[in-house]
Amino acid sequence: MSVPTLRQKLEILADAAKYDASCASSGTAKKNSLGGKGVGSTEGMGICHAYAPDGRCISLLKILLTNHCIFDCHYCINRKSSNVARARFTPQEVVDLTLNFYRRNYIEGLFLSSGIVRSANHTMEQLVEVARILREEHDFRGYIHLKTIPEADAEIIHLAGLYADRVSINVELPTDAGLTRLAPDKNAGQIEGAMGRTKARIIEAKDERKRFRHAPRFAPAGQSTQMIVGADDANDTAIIGKASRLYGAFGLRRVYYSAFSPIPDASAVLPLKRPPLLREHRLYQSDWLMRFYGFAPGEVADAAEADGNLPLDIDPKLAWALKFRESFPVDVNRAAKEQLLRVPGLGTTAVARIIAARRHRTLRLDDVAQLTASIAKVRPFICALDWRPTLLTDRADLRRLLAPKQEQLELF
Amino acid sequence: MRVMPYAAIGAHYAIHLPAPDDFAFWRERARGLVQCDIPPDRVSWIEPGGIGDLFASEGRETSLARSDKRLPVPPADAPPVRASQHFLTLARRAALHSDPARFRLLYQTLWRLQSNPRLMEDKADAQVRRIEELAKSVRRDAHKMHAFVRFREVTEEDGTPHFVAWFEPDHHIVRAEAAFFMRRFANMRWSILTPRGSVHWDGETMREGPPARIEDAPGGDPVEDLWRSYYASIFNPARLKVSAMLSEMPKKYWKNLPEAALIPQLIAGAQAREAAMVKAGAREERVRPASLAEVTQGIAACRDCLIADCGTRAVAGEGPERAALMIVGEQPGDQEDLAGRPFVGPAGQVLDDHLARAGILRSAAYVTNAVKHFKFTWKGKLRLHQSPTAKEIDTCRWWLEAERAAVRPRIVLALGASAARGILGRTVSVNQVRGRPIPLDDGAELWVTVHPSYLLRLDGAARDEQTARFAADLALVRERQAAD
Repeated sequence: MSVPTLRQKLEILADAAKYDASCASSGTAKKNSLGGKGVGSTEGMGICHAYAPDGRCISLLKILLTNHCIFDCHYCINRKSSNVARARFTPQEVVDLTLNFYRRNYIEGLFLSSGIVRSANHTMEQLVEVARILREEHDFRGYIHLKTIPEADAEIIHLAGLYADRVSINVELPTDAGLTRLAPDKNAGQIEGAMGRTKARIIEAKDERKRFRHAPRFAPAGQSTQMIVGADDANDTAIIGKASRLYGAFGLRRVYYSAFSPIPDASAVLPLKRPPLLREHRLYQSDWLMRFYGFAPGEVADAAEADGNLPLDIDPKLAWALKFRESFPVDVNRAAKEQLLRVPGLGTTAVARIIAARRHRTLRLDDVAQLTASIAKVRPFICALDWRPTLLTDRADLRRLLAPKQEQLELF
Repeated sequence: MRVMPYAAIGAHYAIHLPAPDDFAFWRERARGLVQCDIPPDRVSWIEPGGIGDLFASEGRETSLARSDKRLPVPPADAPPVRASQHFLTLARRAALHSDPARFRLLYQTLWRLQSNPRLMEDKADAQVRRIEELAKSVRRDAHKMHAFVRFREVTEEDGTPHFVAWFEPDHHIVRAEAAFFMRRFANMRWSILTPRGSVHWDGETMREGPPARIEDAPGGDPVEDLWRSYYASIFNPARLKVSAMLSEMPKKYWKNLPEAALIPQLIAGAQAREAAMVKAGAREERVRPASLAEVTQGIAACRDCLIADCGTRAVAGEGPERAALMIVGEQPGDQEDLAGRPFVGPAGQVLDDHLARAGILRSAAYVTNAVKHFKFTWKGKLRLHQSPTAKEIDTCRWWLEAERAAVRPRIVLALGASAARGILGRTVSVNQVRGRPIPLDDGAELWVTVHPSYLLRLDGAARDEQTARFAADLALVRERQAAD
């Protein structure tokens, strides 16, 4: 077989990396290249430099160092029994690609992951080497996200955190049984153990920086993880429960949900039915409800239907409101922030605006309409100076009224 | 024609801004006008090249110098002008908008702020909302500039690299956003050319230049090919969401993005690529067979892998429907295919002998194979056995799992690595796992040993040794059975 060109390797190894949902480059320490030797800056908010036709943003150069792998996880395109083209970058090639792309303002930085070659430690050392060359030899100050391998030694993972802005370990599946079945070489205890150690290091490093200004930073953008949705039979309630435990136990910045999608040369153990993409969206919405809207995991689970899954036709907040109608209507002129945040159709921005505006005037429905995206959605759940939804809130067909209209099929 | 930049006609003031993004100048003038108590309807704000800018050709500096005399001088005891921090932040941004009415709007709001210091909190006020809208669209434009500027590398005469970009912003943001690029590319020589002016950084100082044309920017860069390859590869055709892409990367930006040329073909190819993937990988939705009879029917019709298409018959398992022991082989051989029963050929003979010697009753066990069809190549008139691939074993697991679910054996004996993979879903080394039970999900346990045909392929001492080990493995299973 001929030696693949750099471009062929890039095609194989970017293709192999695209099933990782994470793309964020936000929330790290501020830094810039003034006074340095290289390029790079991070200013809090990440930048999406392009969008692919799948609607996902391209913020980082997301590639694998290699897609050779000694593991055999069924949902993964790179498992050892999969019949895909294999390639391998040298650390220097990744460094050059990153810098060439960065200088042209194509990317915010690098998201590097890898298949496991030889051993977990060897692979992790290679990943860290890329980050080291970028940071030490090229004084690169852009964003680096390193995927860490839970089976590797704690010292190497520690090094990764010193060079990277964010580290992540994928929990892969919402249940331990699913992990045993679909990722036979992985171990839930080991994954959570590594996440726990990373959390401890992050807290330690933050504490040291409070006392010593030049103490090294450790993964200033924290750690994140990813769960595959729909590859095993865990329902939304189980997934939400798992996510909230992860947020609580390991101080994660983000839990990413990735709807299991058909992969070339799929393993026969995988379910034959792919989950609707909308399910992933509903999970993210419920994630937001927990993180920004003051919903407890149990409350989000209450919004689920009898089978433990969130409804697909309406969003989880609306589903919750329709189930707990006694909490409505909410008076926009008097209600507390927490109550306003529960109104379907009011986001955090709209709530902040309502609270600011009502100090100056008693709000009418028209005023609220100016402050929100869609008054039609909000109307049944609020009272304003000139508005009470007397009958609306009690209507049995409210769900039908508010659910997005089904698209009518064309005559064929 | 007489130059009269601040025309005090009927006490109406026309203020000429030196540049469309000169917030400091506006702030200075606005402060003076408020102190002189001149209401918003008596002031017009005119930017260079804007409507009402009759005097642009006369030379702005001179006219400004003269005009200052014509503005009323604020009284010495005039109260200081006040505005909230929030107003200043928003105004600084809104001033960069291309809406010609922006400075008038800002002055109106500044005027009202003097009597209502908390005006900016009233989000339901039309003018406050408009300022917020302007600021928001400037912020978005700036953000898109950070995102969509694409540098191209050219080599200067002195051999140093120079990165040049062409960008078309909607608003007057170029000077304001130059600092972002300076912080990011502090040690690089770069230029950003736009129709609203250009900025140049040489690693030490920032220089501003006149508006540029697209022809002034370089036409290409070899690295763009790599970038396009990356863009096409990172895209997942199984999840096409064009509207989500368009809302963040509207078409107006496409002409200056090297990767955007690929978008139409990626979208067109996506459905075809996904269909091909699904066809090659997963099968259509099916219900798992609930009984052995359904499995037997199902495997006869199964065409999920190529083995099934070789003109052989599917060989179903045999044995009691509720057997405590399940014996799994690799796949039917030549004789099994002809007979339609598992383990009837030479390997079956070996197995039967050993089972009898170990005291395991074959008739009480359910005997089946990991793969249900015979895979072979022709050698003359002989059909030579070929091992199934991991993928083929995994495909056939669908049936094996259905059999396990129907029979629910407490002990599964896997003969050979293929059988072990059929049960476990992963490849194990027989020598590493033989001789001890492996717990399975459903509470059963798996014992792995070699396939009897392996013994047939060996000679002499090796054969004796392996036969002894095989017998020992079966004895362990027998012991386990007795203990159960």
